[in-house]
This record gives sequence, structure tokens and C-alpha cells, in this order.
Amino acid sequence: MKTKAIVSALGEDRVGIVAAISGALAETGTNIEDIRQTILSGVFSMTMLVTVDEDVCSFEAVQKRLTQVAESLGMQITLQREDVFRFMHRV
Amino acid sequence: MLDISPEEIAETLTMVTQQHLDIRTVTMGVSLSGCFGDDVGSVAGRVYERVTHAAERLVPVTEAIEREYGVPIVNARIAVTPVAAIAPPGAGDLTAIAESMDRAAREVGVDFIGGFSALVHKGIGAADKRLIESIPAALASTERVCSSVNVASTRAGINMDAVLRMAEAIKASAEATADHDGVACAKLVVFCNMVEDNPFMAGAVHGLGEADTVINVGISGPGVVRTVVEALPQDADLTAVAEAIKATSFKITRVGELVAREAARRLGVSMGIVDLSLAPTPAEGDSVAGIIEAIGVKRCGGPGTTTALALLNDAVKKGGAMGTSSIGGLSGAFIPVSEDAGMMRAVECGALTLDKLEAMTAVCSVGLDMIAIPGDTSAETIAAIISDACAIGVVNSKTTAARLIPAPGKSVGDTVEFGGLLGRAPVMAVSGWAGTGLVRRGGRVPAPLNSLRN
Repeated sequence: MKTKAIVSALGEDRVGIVAAISGALAETGTNIEDIRQTILSGVFSMTMLVTVDEDVCSFEAVQKRLTQVAESLGMQITLQREDVFRFMHRV
Repeated sequence: MLDISPEEIAETLTMVTQQHLDIRTVTMGVSLSGCFGDDVGSVAGRVYERVTHAAERLVPVTEAIEREYGVPIVNARIAVTPVAAIAPPGAGDLTAIAESMDRAAREVGVDFIGGFSALVHKGIGAADKRLIESIPAALASTERVCSSVNVASTRAGINMDAVLRMAEAIKASAEATADHDGVACAKLVVFCNMVEDNPFMAGAVHGLGEADTVINVGISGPGVVRTVVEALPQDADLTAVAEAIKATSFKITRVGELVAREAARRLGVSMGIVDLSLAPTPAEGDSVAGIIEAIGVKRCGGPGTTTALALLNDAVKKGGAMGTSSIGGLSGAFIPVSEDAGMMRAVECGALTLDKLEAMTAVCSVGLDMIAIPGDTSAETIAAIISDACAIGVVNSKTTAARLIPAPGKSVGDTVEFGGLLGRAPVMAVSGWAGTGLVRRGGRVPAPLNSLRN
């Protein structure tokens, strides 16, 4: 089963953030479909649209892997199903 | 292609992490229609089997939804058919059924189960009488069971005999849990125009017109609404305030709709309703009083409070109505004193009184909610307070209710502590000029005319 989801990352800018997150996603068979990223006053902010392939790795396991990345980078990283944003912001 | 902007994603995350957006409850309604039996023991056994089987996966499913969507689901709960409807024939106490409900709730991991209930707005049947007489023992001997009794309706009027019986049950429930400030009364609601799909405790029941098993969801979000109102310019007019609340309510409701659909799908049961009630918690900022004050009332309870609450309640419904086609339950702002830090402050500083709360009942959801009163308040006075709340509901064709706690040994100036979501309540003053003679007359206040409404 493939599930669309949003990765959001927020924290102090540093070398290797995108590499660490996209590496973890690749390890778990999660495909990146779109990325938007900005840096405002030194704060790194990125949102990614991804597809989690739950036949390869469960949603919960991808979340746990990203939590490990967040802890190693000292950032806030979340993975949430995409429909919660669509429901909330689109009629 | 990412068609949600980073700003919208950030807004959602901020609502959850900083403004207390959550789903207050995913409540499974469970019909007990197959649980009839010849004696209390056999009914109790069937209730346990039915509830534990139906709700076996409720908690793991809600936990998975919470994790995947990143929106906290504070409570998973169960509501059952009003127990008086399945009481076995004969005389005797029904506490054993409450105890089996309690065991079932513990077994499946929910914090409350509602439905130790009866509907007596027109008359009190033998089973109803037994249920009401069992309430004090049932609530004192259980931890998770909630009880509610409907004593009035717009079509039947007010059953004053039932009102007085319930006032006596409230007094007895408080005495039965005197060592815990009368906490049993926090699990006991007296209703006018009770709804059959309310997901919120303590008044949740699974109505007789419902399917076998349904999922009802209660939204929350006073903190989010308050933040939005506070962010408006100081000179924003009231139309702009209403507009901002509507837009926010839409977003909150959509999350509720999504969670309700997903929970029902995963559990293989019907989706019932989304209840558009703003339900406060004792957490700082998560306060309906805070919204009223952000709109421009110096302290909740002061002049202007009823106007601000009416605006808030209406705007929440208008925004929510765009977010779901399954509005139900109570759907109105809650103003429970002990569960709302702003309400507590307002009582403590003298701005908010019992009389003002009664007025607020006319324009919002359950009005006289989680109010501690002196332990020596008479049953007749409690009955008269309940009947006033009922009169507002009967005449205005709306749900009203009373959850009063006559705290044993406590008087005005004292505080009762329940902890957790039930919070802390200052004991409020009660008028000494109660309608004792009125309630002792008994009988029924006739249903009002529904035309000639001026």
C-alpha cells in the first residue's frame, strides 16, 4: 500500500540536513515527489511530499527512522499523512 | 506536486504544537439491544461481552490514527444504550451492570464509558426508578462509568418529580464519595433535551435510534480560536471576529471529519457524527473564557459575556457546517467551570456567578457544568437550579444540562480538586431564596407552545 505523506523539517541550518533526511527516506523505500525549502534568519524549513511504500516499510517505521535523524541533527522532523493538510486547507 | 503551501503546513503544525488543537474524543457508540436477560447478573455478563467485543480495537486504532496524522486524540471512549432500557424485570439494584461496564472499559483501555442512563422526561418507569436509585452506589463503586438522566424535553415539558429525584441522587452520590470531594457527581449529568449521539462525557449515551456500532467524534480547539481572535487588529469589528472564528472552526472540524471517517473505516463500523463543541481543558490557554476575554470582555462573567458567547457559538457552528455534513451531538461551546482555567479565575475574582452561568446556558451548550456548590445545599435547592436550566432548554428547544457537585463539608471560598481533565473548582455561592415549594409540588411543567414565540 502506498501512502502520500508530508515530511516537515524545522531547525537551525547546518550542512547535511537534506542529505540525512533523503538518505533515511531512500533506506525505507520512501519516494520523494516534491521538495520546498527556505532559510529564514538562519532557520531551515523544508517540506517534502513523499510516498511511503508500506509494503517495503511501515508508516510507523519510517516515522521512527526520521525521529532518529531528527535527534542526530537536533531538529524537529515530522511525517504526517498528506490528507490531514488537504482536509484542513481545501474545501 | 505539492499543492499545500509550506505556510499551510506550518499553520497546522503550530495549531497542534502550540495552540492545543486536538481531537477531544473518539467515542464508540455500542448498542446493548441484544443484552436482555432474566436477572441482573446475566445482563451484566452480556454487557461485558458485548462491549469488550465491539471495542476491542478502538484504542489501538485511535492511537495509530493519532500517530499517522500527527493530531493528538486525547480520549477514546464508549457510550452504550441507556441501561434502564435493558434492565431485567423485577426489583433490585442495578449496580452490577455498572460494575460490568467499568470492567469492560478497563479491559479495552478507555477512560470513561457512558450510558448508565434513563430517559424520564415524561414519566418514570419501574426500571428508570431502579436505575436512578442505583446511581450513587454505581458511581461510587466504579471508576470509569458515567451516568446521565433526561428529565425534560420541549415536547414533554419538565418532569419535576424526576428533577427532585435526581437532586436527591446527586446529594447521595456526593456523600458516597465524600472522601474525594464528591467526585461521583462529576460523572453525573441531568439533561433537558438529551441528544442520542453525544460523544462527550459525562453525558454520552448510544440512542435507541442508532445503528449497532458507530463512531462519533468530538472536536476541540479553544486555544486555536483564542489565538486567532487575539491576532486580529484591536479595531477589528465583530463581523471580522465572527469571520475569523468561522474560518478556524472549519479547519478544526475538517480534522474531526477526517478522524471520524478514518476511525470508522478501520474499525469497520458506521461513522456517526462530528460534534462541533469547543471543549476547554485546565491547560493554560485552552479556555473558552479566554476567547470571551479576547473578544473584548474584561473578565468572563462580566456584562457582554452572553453576547460574546453567542457570537462564538454561532460562528463555530457556521464554520463547522462547511466542514462536515454529519454535525451532531451537543455542538456548542462548553463552559465547565472546573475544566477551564479562565472560568476558575473568573469565579475566584467574583466576575462569574451561578446566575450568569445560567444566562450563558441560553446561548451555548451544556451550561451549568462542573460547578461545585456548598455541601449543605438542600436537594430542593439543587432541584430548583436544575429546573431553571431545564426551563431554558424546554422553551428554547435546545439541550441544557446541569452537572453540580455539592462538595461534602465544603463551603464558599473552599476549592475542590478532581485532577486531570476534571480539574479544580472553587465552591460557588448559591442563592438562599430557592423555589423549595415549587419543586415539592411535583408533577410536570407542561410543554410550551411552539408558536406565539414572543
